[in-house]
Amino acid sequence: MPPTDLKTPATTRKSHRRSRLILRYVLLTLGAVIVLFPVYVAIVNSLLEPSQIAHQPPPLFPLHPQWNSYSRAWSQGSLGIYLRNSAIQTALIVTGQVATSVLAGFAFAFLAFPFKRTLFITFLATLMIPFEVTVTTNLSTITSLGWFNSYAGLAVPFLATGFGTFLMRQAFLQIPRDLREAAELDGYGRLAFLWRVAIPLARPAIAALAVFSFLSSWNQYLWPLLATGNDNSVRTVQIGLKQLLNTQLDQINVSLAGTVIAVVPLIVLLVIFQKQLVRGLTAGAVK
Amino acid sequence: MASVTFSGVTKRFDDVVAVNALDLEVADGELLVLLGPSGCGKTTALRMVAGLEEVTDGDLAIGDLRVNDLAPKDRDVAMVFQSYALYPHMTVQRNIEFPLKRQGVAAAERSSRVLEAATTLGLDELLERKPGQLSGGQRQRVALARAIVRAPRVFLMDEPLSNLDATLRVQTRSDIVAIQRRLGTTTIYVTHDQVEAMTMGHRIAVMRNGALEQVASPTDLYDRPATAFVASFLGSPGMNLLAATGFTGHDGTPGLRAAGAELPWPDGFSRQPSGDVTLGFRPEAASLGSEGLDARIILVERLGAETHLICSLADGERVVVRQRDRQSSHQISDHVRIRIDTDQIHLFDAESGLRLGEGT
Ligand SMILES: Nc1ncnc2c1ncn2[C@@H]1O[C@H](COP(=O)(O)OP(=O)(O)OP(=O)(O)O)[C@@H](O)[C@H]1O
Ligand SMILES: [Mg+2]
Repeated sequence: MPPTDLKTPATTRKSHRRSRLILRYVLLTLGAVIVLFPVYVAIVNSLLEPSQIAHQPPPLFPLHPQWNSYSRAWSQGSLGIYLRNSAIQTALIVTGQVATSVLAGFAFAFLAFPFKRTLFITFLATLMIPFEVTVTTNLSTITSLGWFNSYAGLAVPFLATGFGTFLMRQAFLQIPRDLREAAELDGYGRLAFLWRVAIPLARPAIAALAVFSFLSSWNQYLWPLLATGNDNSVRTVQIGLKQLLNTQLDQINVSLAGTVIAVVPLIVLLVIFQKQLVRGLTAGAVK
Repeated sequence: MASVTFSGVTKRFDDVVAVNALDLEVADGELLVLLGPSGCGKTTALRMVAGLEEVTDGDLAIGDLRVNDLAPKDRDVAMVFQSYALYPHMTVQRNIEFPLKRQGVAAAERSSRVLEAATTLGLDELLERKPGQLSGGQRQRVALARAIVRAPRVFLMDEPLSNLDATLRVQTRSDIVAIQRRLGTTTIYVTHDQVEAMTMGHRIAVMRNGALEQVASPTDLYDRPATAFVASFLGSPGMNLLAATGFTGHDGTPGLRAAGAELPWPDGFSRQPSGDVTLGFRPEAASLGSEGLDARIILVERLGAETHLICSLADGERVVVRQRDRQSSHQISDHVRIRIDTDQIHLFDAESGLRLGEGT
């Protein structure tokens, strides 16, 4: 065959692949813009005067950024206290969820005990019950325990999750049985195996679980609203933002500044953990 | 170091009998090979010694101690898994060190013992690598090093070479033998490869359907198989087996009729009352000649140093003839006559498959 005949289809295929790549990037960029635009507007508006925000059309770039909205949000909204409360609640929940999920997942993956299947299905079934259904019962439980308006009341109802147990079980099931038996012969009992072998090998899944549980507890609204009193001693930042909004109705820029502040810990977390997060989500999907 | 004794050991999985009333003593310092076809219960027997599988019935002892109810970690045995079972998140150094750490060996002694084991197996350059960065053969060596570093009373190895390529397998085979002979550690080695069994074991225990068929030294096993199964399982190709009938000739001398030919009754075998026996002869005990069993060649395998002629007898039975002669001129579908060296005949009971007793 003459070389020109060979060359043409190859070149077409190559340019075809190129144009598909370009299309993919265009779509991804578009998606990113759509997702990020509201965030951008929030940041811009937090730096504008309230009068400018009301202006039509609203400016899309703060020519004279008003940084003082951040300091006002911080002091008037007592954001320092709220952030601390959120951090404590989140730390308790993340620690608790990771600990209980790792232990329960390990039991489901490695141990034999009566009613294992039934129990596991029960765990899974809890995933289908929305939190709102149990909220009144939980509230009366923690109140009768004297935990209303306390960190215990904020955290204890969330210390165990069916999702986490499931995630950790799947991760542990990836560990070959031989490894457990080798460790057994090397003298390592169950907990030593869990600590020295299973947990290190399941690290991506554990990181993913920690990030998920961080996100969901940091963003909680309904429960902290119901389970805390007005004295702000344990109120979390999401409730604090709502109060800030109520007290600064005419100062929308201050409320938005508060929102931006409250989101910063999440962004930092995601940047740090993004690799593990993606790996943890896809781990086990391909085998 | 210690002996390992199976006394009537049985393992049942629900309705499957994986190991059936096994009686076997592995002597102190011996390398015993457990050999048998797939599913005969070799792995199960080994795992019972390790404590990874419970004994359903019978007694298992390591040294003088009955270990049926002893936890794996208290048995002081080391196992080399077919999959190697290395800890993927640890370096070679830490993998080998792992059992020592648990024993509370001091750090300085630990690293000197790890280095010694690693040097023995040629791993001293690789101590900082993770298992994922090693070749199959190197991983295999790490698994061996992790076993020997503990200086356990018993080594258990479950087909440790089956994931290696042929060259590496032959080399590692001799390495394992050398290490075992030097350390003198009692070893149970599971394989379904009879060449491995013949070359490595002090003795070989042949298993079939969960039961022990025969345990003997490699040469005894080859020269005096206790059952027709052992005879056909050992050797490559295995022993030829033919249905035969004993008879008494006109002059009163006993004879044997097989595949339409008559042979004198071989010395050293007692007569069977029923007359029916299984006649066995190794491929090297047969040759082509002007008299003997009528046969037709159906396949010629030229292996270089020798040639295997696969022949079909008049009644359709297959027989393999081994020829030292590499220039064998025989062709497929040639008609030949197979002569059997009567000194090298084995006779087995037609029903039980057991070797016929001594006598006339
Ligand atoms: N955990 C188990 N549950 C049920 N049956 C089992 C179990 N383990 C082994 N068996 C059965 O026991 C028998 C012996 O198995 P085993 O693994 O000991 O064979 P093997 O001789 O090691 O074979 P191979 O050479 O294929 O490894 C087989 O029939 C197997 O199906
Ligand atoms: Mg096996």
